[in-house]
Amino acid sequence: MKFVRNFFEKTEPLVQKGAKYHWLFSVHEGFFTLFFVSKDTSKSGTHIHDFIDLKRTMGMVVLSLVPVILFGMYNVGFQHFKAIGELQSTGFFALFFYGLLKVLPVIAVSYIVGLGIEFVFAQKRGHGIHEGFLVSGILIPMVMPIETPLWMIGVATAFAVIIGKEVFGGTGMNIWNPALIARAFLFFAYPAQMSGNSVWVALSESDKVVDAFTGATPMAEAAAGNTNFSIADAFFGFIPGSIGETSTLAILIGAVILIVTGIGSWKIMVSTVAGGAVMGIILNIFAVNAYMELPFWQHLIIGGFAFGAVFMATDPVSGAQTETGKWIYGFLIGLLAILIRVVNPAYPEGMMLAILLMNTFVPLIDYYVVQSNIKKRLKRVKTSA
Amino acid sequence: MSDPLFSKKHLKLLTDPLNSSNPITVQVLGICSALAVTAQLKPAVVMALSVMAVLAFANVIISLLRNTIPNRIRIIVQLVVIAALVILVDQVLKAYVYDVSKQLSVFVGLIITNCILMGRLEAFALGNRPWPSFLDGIGNGAGYSVILIIVGFFRELFGSGTLWGFRIIPESWYITNGGFYANNGMMILPPMALIVIGIIIWVQRMRNRKLIEE
Repeated sequence: MKFVRNFFEKTEPLVQKGAKYHWLFSVHEGFFTLFFVSKDTSKSGTHIHDFIDLKRTMGMVVLSLVPVILFGMYNVGFQHFKAIGELQSTGFFALFFYGLLKVLPVIAVSYIVGLGIEFVFAQKRGHGIHEGFLVSGILIPMVMPIETPLWMIGVATAFAVIIGKEVFGGTGMNIWNPALIARAFLFFAYPAQMSGNSVWVALSESDKVVDAFTGATPMAEAAAGNTNFSIADAFFGFIPGSIGETSTLAILIGAVILIVTGIGSWKIMVSTVAGGAVMGIILNIFAVNAYMELPFWQHLIIGGFAFGAVFMATDPVSGAQTETGKWIYGFLIGLLAILIRVVNPAYPEGMMLAILLMNTFVPLIDYYVVQSNIKKRLKRVKTSA
Repeated sequence: MSDPLFSKKHLKLLTDPLNSSNPITVQVLGICSALAVTAQLKPAVVMALSVMAVLAFANVIISLLRNTIPNRIRIIVQLVVIAALVILVDQVLKAYVYDVSKQLSVFVGLIITNCILMGRLEAFALGNRPWPSFLDGIGNGAGYSVILIIVGFFRELFGSGTLWGFRIIPESWYITNGGFYANNGMMILPPMALIVIGIIIWVQRMRNRKLIEE
């Protein structure tokens, strides 16, 4: 550690205003605070600084994503070798490394494009590099199908960072979750590469697939009326899907980390699941086709529902801020996600759209929660006086 | 009183709408048609020319009538003038560029409701002589056209890979033909037009700092 600190101290004069590498100042500061606690102290009044700053918070979210990432890599390999019928003859590590080599470029593109744009904006606007992209950069690959071309992921990341975030003033000012903006952009701009049956499993031209292979996700199958997928597979994640969304178990581990460290709001997670369950039950009651008859709890383990509830809806910037608001916000996300998913055949997965829609309504929800609280307290004052 | 035809003041009427008082990006008028007709360059250009023609002549006619129009019914008079001109333009388009006219369909008729027209008539033509009014109409029409053409250019290029109907991005690049490229489907949809206009406004305000609101 001493050596790292020495390096930063030695290079510091070089990036000061007027020095040779002044345009690297925010990069220098960004990396310095990655290793050490920031040296900046408040200039006025008394403030208490928590050691857990934004960078540490974001780091914790990335940590909670690790099970999801690792399983996602494994599952990419698993689906590939299953499709070509060589699952029995391939070892665990071969599966994992196949997936690793497929997923790493996606993560790299997302980080290089996103951080590159962040650095440029930080430098142009003369502020430090914000840490928000540390999480967005890993969330973006997690919600992409494995077969999406890399340049599309680059374009979507650029769109999400510039139009989804920097336009509003950067980290902490965005209305919508940037990772979902990236996905929504791809979903509407390049639907052929984002949906359908051929994008969820990594296959090259020369691969021969086994006869029974369709490449469809359980959700697509269910939408087509075939609802007898394996529940164990769906829960543990051995199903085709976006890189990070398949394993409900890995997502639950992440959820536990987020809740224990107090970084993700358990209220949002619980109310989202409750909303999804309620909508599922309603659909069960009025079921007219096989998809609507799908037991409500099975909705929670297929598609992106679990991933969205744990990692997307709980985004502290775009999610609800008030405690009552969190319940309303999460509940409506769950409700809408299942409703869109089952009722609208044009949108195979409703989670992304439900979260983006509720992100839009967050200021309204929070406003009314605050107003009603003010009213309640005013009443109390009046009656006691 | 009478300035020369192309005095400095008159030229300003022509050039200001191109930048510092652009009808779309600064006055924020006529956004609706800018989103609706710009999926391709050709209809965008035809639309821009139509609006320019209607705007210039409506300005002149209202300016000529300005001292005889009773104040209380001026809006109706303006509407009659605009509607008559729009019908003329619609007939001309149908006669000479039928395919584009069909593509624009209802949006030619909707020029009547374009806020730029009413805005300029109210704000300028009612209080100025015919010649400056004409220049103001041409200038604002040109300001509108510039934005439409820029938006149409990007939307057609990235949305369809063509410009004015000619292929720019080679067929062999496309994924369906074994390449890597795909058209951006969102560019065809109006929301992307709004984002493109937003980016134009952003760039314009970066270059012209006076336009930034407090």
